[in-house]
Amino acid sequence: MKEPVFIDSRPVVQPDLQRLLHAVALGDQEAFAALYDAVAGSVLGVVRAVLRDRAQSEEVAQEVLVEVWRTAPRYRSELGTAVNWILTLAHRRAVDRVRSVEAAAARDTRAALLEHRTAYDEVSEEVESRLEREQVRRCLRTLTELQRQSVTLAYYRGLTYREVAEALALPLGTVKTRLRDGLVRLRDCLGVTA
Amino acid sequence: MTTTDPHALTGAYALHALDGREAAAFERHLAGCDACGQEVAEFTATTARLALASTVRTPPAMRDQVLRRVTTVRQTPPGAAPPQRVRRGVRRGGGPVRWALAASVAAAVAFGATAVWQYERAEDARLRAAQTQRQAEALAEVLAAPDARSRSARMAGGAGTLVVSPGRDRAVFVATGMSPPPRGKVYQLWFADGEEMRSAGLMAPGRGSQTVLMRGPVGGASDVGITVEPAGGSKQPTSEPVALLDMPA
Repeated sequence: MKEPVFIDSRPVVQPDLQRLLHAVALGDQEAFAALYDAVAGSVLGVVRAVLRDRAQSEEVAQEVLVEVWRTAPRYRSELGTAVNWILTLAHRRAVDRVRSVEAAAARDTRAALLEHRTAYDEVSEEVESRLEREQVRRCLRTLTELQRQSVTLAYYRGLTYREVAEALALPLGTVKTRLRDGLVRLRDCLGVTA
Repeated sequence: MTTTDPHALTGAYALHALDGREAAAFERHLAGCDACGQEVAEFTATTARLALASTVRTPPAMRDQVLRRVTTVRQTPPGAAPPQRVRRGVRRGGGPVRWALAASVAAAVAFGATAVWQYERAEDARLRAAQTQRQAEALAEVLAAPDARSRSARMAGGAGTLVVSPGRDRAVFVATGMSPPPRGKVYQLWFADGEEMRSAGLMAPGRGSQTVLMRGPVGGASDVGITVEPAGGSKQPTSEPVALLDMPA
């Protein structure tokens, strides 16, 4: 007898991350494995977008995932959804690393900063993340040039707004405003609610 | 706009584009600004979409490594998550302080968190959570007991309040703003029973303000002492007490 064949073995419905994280908080390692499968690609993705270095990114992503396990009992839904909590932590740790590394090493030139493209190479082939990527790319295009540059330098390069202002030769106040306006536009375009 | 308007920093904050000092200052502002809180929550959800859009395949070896690592990593207890609101100042006598304390502990318990620090190691997180809950309940019971009496004193740069319920035969010690013990040392609590000193548990290192359910029954103890001991505590006090409190009558 033949087994039914599925074109895409990925389940259509994402696991309930909220519930998984709650189980992880009680020390459930099986739930952690399921949570890992649901978020590890995005954790590694955002860390690699910021750090770019492959080996370092993997190391930081591992630390983030272990930290998710360790601090899961502290998670409360007031801190946002499970996936937002995890990805915010991942970005935070990537930024911490890039700042500590960059403090020791020579800073990139402004030209290199502006030339940088977000890490869209080698992205996952999964349909869902491709759609997500398309949507984010489309929405980033609705930002003004200054908004887009400010947001991507801050988010994908881990620059402080002071460094963004320096890189773009703009006053601090302007950069603060662009970061906020840019996120407002992005939020509305993506239909984000919190 | 001015560069000091904290409202304008919601975007930079959500993008982790503030340095440590600015982020801390903004968080203080955030605590009292509901509109900022809502905006930061929305922005954080927005930046999570930027992360999702960067999803990559993960190497299979990474999965094995992470799943293996977590088997040896102890989870943090659920306590201490909500920011501690420390009551400043010491009032003499029983009533109001005790009730205020009971109320704040009850609130902490309702939050699923507690300031109780346990130094018994529980085998698994589930057990630990249940135990924390039980200790918090025992602690709240002592503070709210109709026969509870308290006594306060200044000590170690801060203040300590001893709350005793003779009926329940338990005691709670509330520390406020105590300076941290020297590196590698802890504060240890003792029941002084005639010549005998019984350990009543350790205070959590690194927190000047905390509420501790003292270990064991009060029994015939006449005083409570606090000493500085090596990490892990001692069987008998090895130093002069930094404070000695009579049992409240």
